[in-house]
Amino acid sequence: MTPTASDTPAVPATLDVAAIRALFPALHQQVYGKPLVYLDNAATTQKPQVVIDALRHYYERDNANVHRGVHALSEKATAAFEGARKTVQRFLNARSEREIIFTRNATESINLVARAWGDSQLKADDEVLITALEHHSNIVPWQQACARTGAVLKVAPIDDAGDVVMDEFARLVSPRTKMVAVSHLSNALGTINPVEQMVALARSVGAAVLIDGSQAVYHMAVDVQALDPDFYVFTGHKVYGPTGIGVLYGREAVLNAMPPFMGGGDMISSVTFEKSEWNELPYKFEAGTPNIADAIVLAVAIEFVRSVGFEAIGTHEAALLDYGTRRLQEVPGLTLVGTAKRKASVLSFVMGDMHPHDIGTIVDREGVAIRTGHHCAQPVMDRFGIPATARASLAMYNTTDDIDALVHALGRVRQLLG
Amino acid sequence: MQDLHDLYQEVILDHNKRPRNFGPLPDATQSAKGHNPLCGDKLTLSLKIHDGRIEKVAFEGSGCAISKASASLMTDAVKGQTIDEAAHLFDLFHQMVTTPIDQPIDEDAVGKLAVLGGVREYPARVKCASLAWHTLKAALTNTAEPAKTE
Repeated sequence: MTPTASDTPAVPATLDVAAIRALFPALHQQVYGKPLVYLDNAATTQKPQVVIDALRHYYERDNANVHRGVHALSEKATAAFEGARKTVQRFLNARSEREIIFTRNATESINLVARAWGDSQLKADDEVLITALEHHSNIVPWQQACARTGAVLKVAPIDDAGDVVMDEFARLVSPRTKMVAVSHLSNALGTINPVEQMVALARSVGAAVLIDGSQAVYHMAVDVQALDPDFYVFTGHKVYGPTGIGVLYGREAVLNAMPPFMGGGDMISSVTFEKSEWNELPYKFEAGTPNIADAIVLAVAIEFVRSVGFEAIGTHEAALLDYGTRRLQEVPGLTLVGTAKRKASVLSFVMGDMHPHDIGTIVDREGVAIRTGHHCAQPVMDRFGIPATARASLAMYNTTDDIDALVHALGRVRQLLG
Repeated sequence: MQDLHDLYQEVILDHNKRPRNFGPLPDATQSAKGHNPLCGDKLTLSLKIHDGRIEKVAFEGSGCAISKASASLMTDAVKGQTIDEAAHLFDLFHQMVTTPIDQPIDEDAVGKLAVLGGVREYPARVKCASLAWHTLKAALTNTAEPAKTE
């Protein structure tokens, strides 16, 4: 009898990090004569060979415009593009592919909601509630929407560890609250927000919910039916996919009730000079030729991540985060910024009066790529009274050797600036 | 490849640790704020100008080693200069940090400031070295807007 998958005995999820690393060509190079140690994953992840090959394959074999062509290539491109939408639907466990809208990135997804939903739903004195952890992309569009509509932006504070103060959050949720927009995982501090609790609080007053999952989707499985927000957004390039492609998940009824965001081709069902009628979902929100190639390749990246599995990724990254936390705390003068109870991936830190920018430059010359600055989260920096942090962020291909290389490079920083 | 020591030279490390002319200037006649949004560096530059000459100069703020050292070296360099001389030194400094790395810099023209020529190897850090100078230019023209490197 041929064995099937169900016959395979259950084994604990493990990740063969050497095998994983072999799939990422960019990791195998030297910078300044040192092996590259890539620890800037919260900014963007490196791409596996399958993703790079898929992009090349698309342009070599399948390139055509989608939806309107009757020729073979257009049918191939359309099938791949719509297939990619189904892949994203399954990735988020959305009910229907009509709930998946392709955008350029998470920022555009949030702007789409702030414009199309915000301008039609928000009125003077309504409230939009965000947290003090948000990336600028989940602050500025809401400030703009508030300026247009007269609504008021409310901010739930964070404590010294980088956890949202949930008592304050609950206190700020009121009948005036119309939108709760929160990040799933903080890019600056690594805090995993209690989004289930936040959604429940929002629901109790009938507010809509948007979750920015840009940092979450490459570390943990996301189920939008279980979480049940109205909107969930992420960007493709952080989940090992290409840049220039993002996703907006929206509940079908909510999307149907919204006016379009941008006007143009593909988003209409009929056009006369007197009146245009909107296309059905999801096309109503996809004006113009979409980013066909990168949507298709995003699906390849997602399949890659699913093949590794979030259980294995989560176990590996959690152990690495523990190790990194311990090792960095051993560095004299180093203070971790962001020590939330539930965290993933991110090790943000400062070192006495040594400026993060100097730290970044010096470790770079040791081959170690980290991020320095305010991480597009200036209010988070203000909360901790610092201008910037140095940030190492982990992905599935990082190892304890990478952490050791960072710690070694920080020794060089102390030697030079200490 | 250049060594890190070309950027973090002893003079720079010294000015970073013990910045000259650092603090408030109560009798300032003009001042300007500078901000580098890339790394959050902020500085306030104050000048006491009398008869077209910079009699006193001081700076305050926070920043990386390069921006702090550059501000410190700059205040030393322009103290006692006329407004025109300081404006000319701005041009020379700007010229130096934007000279392509494979071309020599005119060390005689900029004197001690030549230690900052090493930033040319680090494109992301040129703005750190330039912040104080842009702020000086703003203070000399008494611009109300904060000087920016972006």
